[in-house]
Amino acid sequence: MGSVADLQPGGAATLTRPDPMLPRPCVVRRVHQDTRDTYTLELEPTDGAPLAWLPGQFTMLHAFGVGEAPISISGDPSRPDRIEHTVRNVGSVTAALVAAGPGTVLGVRGPFGTGWEVGKGRGSDVVVVAGGIGLAPLRPAILELIAHRADYDRVVLLYGARTPEDILFTDDLRAWAERDGIVVEVTVDNGQHAWRGRVGLVTQLVTRAGFDAARALALVCGPEVMMRYAAQALSDRGVRPERLRLSMERNMKCGVGLCGHCQLRELFLCVDGPVLGYDRLAPLMSRAEL
Amino acid sequence: MQTIAQYLPEHPFFAGLDTATTDLLAGCAVNIHIRADEFLFREGTPADHFYLLRHGRIAIEVRTPGPPMVLDTVEDGDVVGWSWVVPPYLWTFDGRAVTDTSAVAFDAACLRGKCLVNPLLGYDLMMRFVRLMNQRLQSARIRLIDLYGGTNG
Repeated sequence: MGSVADLQPGGAATLTRPDPMLPRPCVVRRVHQDTRDTYTLELEPTDGAPLAWLPGQFTMLHAFGVGEAPISISGDPSRPDRIEHTVRNVGSVTAALVAAGPGTVLGVRGPFGTGWEVGKGRGSDVVVVAGGIGLAPLRPAILELIAHRADYDRVVLLYGARTPEDILFTDDLRAWAERDGIVVEVTVDNGQHAWRGRVGLVTQLVTRAGFDAARALALVCGPEVMMRYAAQALSDRGVRPERLRLSMERNMKCGVGLCGHCQLRELFLCVDGPVLGYDRLAPLMSRAEL
Repeated sequence: MQTIAQYLPEHPFFAGLDTATTDLLAGCAVNIHIRADEFLFREGTPADHFYLLRHGRIAIEVRTPGPPMVLDTVEDGDVVGWSWVVPPYLWTFDGRAVTDTSAVAFDAACLRGKCLVNPLLGYDLMMRFVRLMNQRLQSARIRLIDLYGGTNG
């Protein structure tokens, strides 16, 4: 049995932080429109103290007077003074968040949850599979890989989006491919005549991508159905379940493992996840209504 | 560049076929090259070939009142076309080269003739095409879900 501190919501780390239920005021410094309905907000804590976080973690982003929503951090982990969140406008809270212009004060609780643990891929290939907005939580992991590029062998990003217009971080994708030695393969579900790229499932990219599956670390984020098929394809290629990490999305509320809204059978995804190994997730992902 | 007879045994689609069979298939095949934006096949025209893409990308398109919609793309190493095994042997979509493309083109009448004479070969080939059809059907069904809609980041 661990210490008494381990019995606190969120574990021992919670005791060393301020009240995790209290939003920390952060001012919006910059807003960038990524696609028709998706924006990246750059936030800075009003007290000036940087926010330490790990790639893969999320925060509860609070629009005062409206509500809060769980949003993954999408920025550069080497810049804790500048917290970026990429938000798709899909409801009242996210509508308020993306409408927040520079100077607006938003609340931030967290960071919460587990990270990608990118370092486990040192000395081997790393394959990153993203679907839709799922590229946002993976962006910090990719930036970390780039910052230590020599420590990794092949780095492959396989990205699926609904249409060419929905492709996120287009400048980044170009730079990662041309400047940073990352193999970037993009596909869309629906393409117009003018689109010269691929059309088809992201899982088809998994089948053809060049990486050493037996040693690879795989990071997957996207809608759960997409992750299920992508994980299966990676597993079929020979990626070991414990080296296949997925970011699960559920209805995160408290962020500290207390309210149970994000429960996935025995897991509270806000503290046990969102990033978990396929060895734990595989039996849970194939069950209906879990 | 490898000859067709050298290339076929190495291709996953033909894995497990003996040399005599791949030589027989190669006898029904020729190399072709088309430029970007040329059509490999057109909807409604006789499906007198299927293709093994060596280099390039082909968009499978459906005509609409507006610009054509791209349903799928196929590229290096992919097999394109099963209309040649399904009567009335007409292409159901357009196949447009997105880039300059090289392919092995298999003569459908030649292959159908060999399959009639040799039902074991016919069964083997049909099984390979059924697997391909199954993959494409699965892909189409999964994409009906609108995988990427609705999440917030």
